Amino acid sequence: MLDIRPILSTLHRHKVTAVLLVLEIALTCAIVCNAVFLVRQRLDWMQMSSGVDEAHVVDVRPVAMGGTLESHGRIEETLASLRNIPGVEQVSLMNQIPLGKESWNAGIKLDPNVVAPAMHVANYYGDNAIPTLGGQIEEGRDFRPDEYAWLDDITSGRTDVVIPHVVIVTRFVADQLFHGHALGKVLYLDDIPMRIIGVTRNIVRPNVFDRATTYGSIFLPVHMTEGLGATYVMRTKPGQGDSVIKAAAAKLRELDPNRVILSKRHFSEVRDAFFASDRAMANLLVGVCVALLVITALGIVGLASFWVSQRRRQIGVRRALGATRRDVLRYFQTENFLLATMGIALGMVMAYGINIVLMVHYELPRLPAAYLPMGAIVLWALGQIAVWAPAHRASNVPPVEATRGN
Amino acid sequence: MFGYFLELALRSLKRSKALTALMVLAVAMGIGACMTTLTVLHVVSGDPIPGKSQKLFYPQIEPRDEDNGFYTKGEPPEQLSWRDAMALLKAGRADRQAVMTGGMAPVQQADTTQDPFFVRARYTTADFFALFDVPLKYGHAWSATEDDRRERIAVISSSLNDKLFHGEDSIGRTVRFNGADLRVVGVIETWRPHPHFYDLNAGNYAEGEDVFLPLGTSRDIHAPRSGSRDCWGKGHQVEENTLETADCVWVQLWVELDTPARVADYKAFLVHYSEEQLAAGRFHLPVNVRLRNVMAWLDSQKVVPKDVHLQVWLALGFFVVCLVNTVGLMLAKFMRRSAEVGVRRALGASRGAVFAQLVTEAGMVGLAGGVAGLLFAVLGLWLVRKQPDQYASLAHLDLPMLAATFGMAIGATVVAGLLPAWRACQITPALQLKSQ
Repeated sequence: MLDIRPILSTLHRHKVTAVLLVLEIALTCAIVCNAVFLVRQRLDWMQMSSGVDEAHVVDVRPVAMGGTLESHGRIEETLASLRNIPGVEQVSLMNQIPLGKESWNAGIKLDPNVVAPAMHVANYYGDNAIPTLGGQIEEGRDFRPDEYAWLDDITSGRTDVVIPHVVIVTRFVADQLFHGHALGKVLYLDDIPMRIIGVTRNIVRPNVFDRATTYGSIFLPVHMTEGLGATYVMRTKPGQGDSVIKAAAAKLRELDPNRVILSKRHFSEVRDAFFASDRAMANLLVGVCVALLVITALGIVGLASFWVSQRRRQIGVRRALGATRRDVLRYFQTENFLLATMGIALGMVMAYGINIVLMVHYELPRLPAAYLPMGAIVLWALGQIAVWAPAHRASNVPPVEATRGN
Repeated sequence: MFGYFLELALRSLKRSKALTALMVLAVAMGIGACMTTLTVLHVVSGDPIPGKSQKLFYPQIEPRDEDNGFYTKGEPPEQLSWRDAMALLKAGRADRQAVMTGGMAPVQQADTTQDPFFVRARYTTADFFALFDVPLKYGHAWSATEDDRRERIAVISSSLNDKLFHGEDSIGRTVRFNGADLRVVGVIETWRPHPHFYDLNAGNYAEGEDVFLPLGTSRDIHAPRSGSRDCWGKGHQVEENTLETADCVWVQLWVELDTPARVADYKAFLVHYSEEQLAAGRFHLPVNVRLRNVMAWLDSQKVVPKDVHLQVWLALGFFVVCLVNTVGLMLAKFMRRSAEVGVRRALGASRGAVFAQLVTEAGMVGLAGGVAGLLFAVLGLWLVRKQPDQYASLAHLDLPMLAATFGMAIGATVVAGLLPAWRACQITPALQLKSQ
């Protein structure tokens, strides 16, 4: 620490280069702090729970050529055949799957006379949809068979069929709209009153227009028909996903050769596809951070080498006057530490500046203070590593250098 | 003189290879990152139909009975109902107009056992091809008469033509689309406007369609629709095959209006139409119309992904760090040569000459950085194309971006060289010679 004053006076003589190095460290610190924060945000988002038993859910989506299969009997027969495939625990023909991107949405109201809906939710249809997805009813019960109606009967406006008047909501909907006490309450869907008979553990929407309603989903007792994006969802026994997918696709074709299999996926593939661009962005950010740190380190190496070669004579004089190699080494390390500290201090101010811009334009939260000491440690360490080789070279300058010209 | 400067610069650069390599690498990485992200931005925010985008307009009206304020936020719906679209189409107030919607269905050649596969389709009306200047390879588009007769015809893409008919002139042949036999009347050249401006429901940067058929025909053969459908009132309880009469918006209308006067007239027409419907009791909300051209429409839909902007800023930040780095290194390099500069000055080189020589040296670093940066950009774009986003496959380096790469690299390094060169010029020759 004794070296600080001579170091400062030396740096004063190399103002421009010192300022440039400080500026480079500051910019790197500011960008890396924010980039790492962005990566953290993406990773948190990507680790979001879907509420689905992800390891065991698969889906096979058929499309029938020349019109959709709407015969109720045929769909029941298909469901029964799929249920008989070895390894299948549950089957449902669902209108959409969580994180599947294509969504069926509706606005739910608490008061039919209010124009604006209280919340926009994804509405899941399908027999036994919740147990098939591996969801859990936390309160109340699942639908009874007599509560179900066929989708095409409902949409065709038949008056002689039962139209569902019961609904199951997610924990999130129950908390947001009913302060956690949703059971037995009524909500309105297309102005039809629906009684809440169950609350399920949160199950994510197929797509997330607004992260504030990520788990805004409801379930209705509706038998789906094929077409319109409907897909056969199956929960399998452990390790049997592949064989179930294969057997189910073959079965669907066998039952109706007019069917074409549009997609067959493990739920993990659905999830991967959903987060694909977030993952790509996170990778890019990590790549840029690494490149920035490498460039900065190389810059430090370059400038430190320059200074060392410029000061060979001075170093020789110091060595001749009794400074040890260790002293010389420590001199350059302290010098780098001081520059890095100035850079980090400036960098923190810049990091907050960038964060404010990101908050305004990209709806990002405030940069947590913990990122700054972490950034500081990284840059201090980087500086010390980078300066080691030039400093080591400096410490090898022999005292005899003092007697040479130049 | 410049040749001499170049030679000096080359020699000097060769003398300290590591430092030169470091500077070139820093410039190259910065340039590479910037060019990659700027090219992506250029691709995603480009004009999908240059030359015509100012003349193509997307009419929107407010047909609903209540605005729930969630999807539209004061805007009319993004699509039209069948009844309104047909009324506006038949009125024929624009120079050209076409109604359309998207779909997806299995297709196969009619007389083979080839397995069917899924293709994206567009159900539209006669003017579509002329409206969007879609180039035809074989045959021709269909006419309004064929639209009215709901004929079983189709125009297919050249890639589908390659797959089904090995690229031959397939006019008159038959494709089986969703189980219905359609006679091919035209084959279009490769056509993929990006963004996919005419129907963003397909995905902002979706690929072009493979099958085009008359909208009426698509309804007759129950061709599956893909895209969004927003309903209100009783519209929720409706089936796909009765969408024509439903309170739902699900089709798009595009019109061509060649002069500002025509645009104003058309807007007045939309207002008038809305007022009529309001008076007739069909519409309920206050008149709310929009008539945006292509770029304004894309802008309103916020088509350019936010991540792309973020990436550009990130790359620019990176570039600035690289440049600061280069300025520092160059300064070190030039100052190291104080003695040489002193000798040259003492031998009569003017300050200007020394300055010009050093800036030339900086420019050479820039040139080398530009070449290497170009390689980085090519690599970067290759990586971008491996990404899952829809626009990724479009990321290719084009000529303007190529020129920009070199301009930027040389410009930036010359600017970066100015300060170090100026500092080096300030050296007093006598002092330097003395210290030797």
